[in-house]
Amino acid sequence: MNTATLQAQDSAGLSAGTPLLLEIKDLYVHFDVYGGTLKVLDGVNFTVRSGEKVGLVGETGCGKTTTMKAILRILPMPPARIPGGEIYFKGQDILKMGEADLRRVRSEGISMIFQDPTAALNPVFTIGQQLEAVVKYSLEGKKLSRREIRERAIIPLREVALPDPERMLDSYPIQLSGGMRQRVCIAMALVASRELLIADEPGTSLDVTIQDQILRLLHRLVEEKNVSVILITHTLGVVRETTDRVYVMYAGNMVEAADTRELFARPMHPYTRGLMDAVPRLTGGGIAGGIRGRIPDYLDPPPGCRFHPRCDHAMDICRQEKPPFYRLSDNHEVACFLYRDGG
Amino acid sequence: MKLITFITRRIIHSVFVLFGLSIVIFVISRVMPGDPARMAVGARAPQWVVDNLREQMHLNEPLYVQYYYWLRDALHGDFGISLVTRRQVADDIKEFFPATFELALFAGVIMGGAGIFLGTVSARHKDKWIDNFVRVISYLGVVTPAFVFAILFLLLFGMTLNWMPTMGRISAGLSRPPVVTGLITVDALLAGDFATLLDALWHLILPALALAMGGMAQEARITRSTMSDNLTKDYIASERSLGIPEKVIMRKFLLKPSLIPTVSILGLDFAATLSNAFLVELIFNWPGISRYGINAMLRKDLNAIAAVILILGVVFIVVNILVDIVVAQLDPRIRLAPGRGE
Ligand SMILES: Nc1ncnc2c1ncn2[C@@H]1O[C@H](COP(=O)(O)OP(=O)(O)OP(=O)(O)O)[C@@H](O)[C@H]1O
Ligand code: SF4
Ligand SMILES: [Mg+2]
Repeated sequence: MNTATLQAQDSAGLSAGTPLLLEIKDLYVHFDVYGGTLKVLDGVNFTVRSGEKVGLVGETGCGKTTTMKAILRILPMPPARIPGGEIYFKGQDILKMGEADLRRVRSEGISMIFQDPTAALNPVFTIGQQLEAVVKYSLEGKKLSRREIRERAIIPLREVALPDPERMLDSYPIQLSGGMRQRVCIAMALVASRELLIADEPGTSLDVTIQDQILRLLHRLVEEKNVSVILITHTLGVVRETTDRVYVMYAGNMVEAADTRELFARPMHPYTRGLMDAVPRLTGGGIAGGIRGRIPDYLDPPPGCRFHPRCDHAMDICRQEKPPFYRLSDNHEVACFLYRDGG
Repeated sequence: MKLITFITRRIIHSVFVLFGLSIVIFVISRVMPGDPARMAVGARAPQWVVDNLREQMHLNEPLYVQYYYWLRDALHGDFGISLVTRRQVADDIKEFFPATFELALFAGVIMGGAGIFLGTVSARHKDKWIDNFVRVISYLGVVTPAFVFAILFLLLFGMTLNWMPTMGRISAGLSRPPVVTGLITVDALLAGDFATLLDALWHLILPALALAMGGMAQEARITRSTMSDNLTKDYIASERSLGIPEKVIMRKFLLKPSLIPTVSILGLDFAATLSNAFLVELIFNWPGISRYGINAMLRKDLNAIAAVILILGVVFIVVNILVDIVVAQLDPRIRLAPGRGE
């Protein structure tokens, strides 16, 4: 099916009429580990339209990063496995792509800023060696001379406002501060222009003021370059200010999707409501105050609605069947049996 | 930190280590039962000969004076006379050490080359048949002593199939090239004598392979485990996500960080080969230092023992410095670590 030209009809449709850029359909990801199989993603559905800024929230361990890595096919396999699902980017299923198409998507379609900049930089190569490799193997890199490659590598470093970019090229990650590493990671993702930028909790590992600078920088770059964005964050305030639409994820499922303003005005899913109560920040483990209990064990997740052990409204059906997405309005969907009859 | 500073520091450090080692060797050689002078001249020599020799060898002086004389001579390359060969120990060392060193070098190349290759293949095909195959080989390599391989190779390739020479460093008909390094392969190369070079290589293969099996298995296992661990790292995911081709990631961005533990162990394995070569040298009739050293020990040849231990100590230290340099080159986290200067 060619979804590039397909109108968005199946999902909350604020900007219905804009073509779908990315569409994840019923995606499953399992991890084979010692002691069994972690059934992490459990039928994820997710879309991004051209030009859209989509937020993704959910407590730690719910599978946000896993979903994003699946899109770029960079989950470590093994232990990861994709037993089912489709991921369409401009109408083509990434999961079925050959080497060449996949590289095209990675070089000019989608790029990702990783959650932990320290882990995302190769510790034994200089920033220059890493950036230059990205330039060299980008689609137009073949034609470039060594000097041109180096010059191209400096441009994104300037764009992310790193001081002394020349010297930066010859530095190793260990010689940089956390904030600088984060900027370098952003620079890498911006070497060539992309249509979709995935930002996985940018700056979370840094202190608050630097995190703020990073988010501002990212916001500016996204506006300048006019790319679509998936922004993962634990800070609901950031979602509210910078995104058009939000997905709420719980234990490997998308449980609610709505336009940002709508979601904050009328959170529907019991989990989303819990999140809102847990403002300002969602931290590791269970969520302070908002919701009792913690995220389930993926070795043996609860049947039916994965949220039912923690849900105050759980009914019999919740323990047996998985709730589908119920459409409440053009721009609001929720996966919960409470809204079976249209809420 | 500058490499020069690093090396200088390590060398100064080594001098102290060697000094300590020399004291240990000296003390051991003096507390061993038996009178070195009596042993030197033999049981039937008259007592006055022994007494004279004791005087000559400073054996009647206090220990620290004896140590001074011993160290002074050793620093001049004079380790005295070997009781077994009746020659200058220094001359024996010059003859036997290069033979073992050449053997160990080849074993080291095989350990490193084949070990890293097998480990890489294994990591890339984790849990496939090739990985399991390499794993079985590795277990066999680790648990089987080198001399078993030596005998196996000797019987199979040497005697049964008759493919390879099994005795010594070169064939009987050939004359050795002029000695420059003492390594026949290198000397032959320097002399442009390719027939001898090939012949020497041919002689090296079986004993070097036998010696290398254990280390090779070890290197393969370490490379595999570091690599498959690093394959799940975010930086590999990030490099893939940015469109860098898989081949480049494997050969460059994955290989370099994965080699660091392997190189450290490889250094140790190489150095250990020198002293562990005894049985292999015996089996292949290899005129090496390991065989010489063990013979010296069995015969209480104190001068020879001291010299062999000292030279193995020096090799160990040099190899360790080299390993540290290579590791520091591979890993900026070590080279640039705070507290190490800069
Ligand atoms: N490489 C892996 N091996 C085994 N299990 C994994 C691996 N990566 C992820 N998982 C499993 O997937 C679950 C979801 O992880 P993921 O990183 O996607 O969560 P997240 O939503 O990004 O959390 P956070 O907010 O902490 O980043 C984890 O709880 C873990 O059990
Ligand atoms: S489906 Fe049932 S258990 Fe799940 S959130 Fe809704 S009410 Fe709670
Ligand atoms: Mg994450």
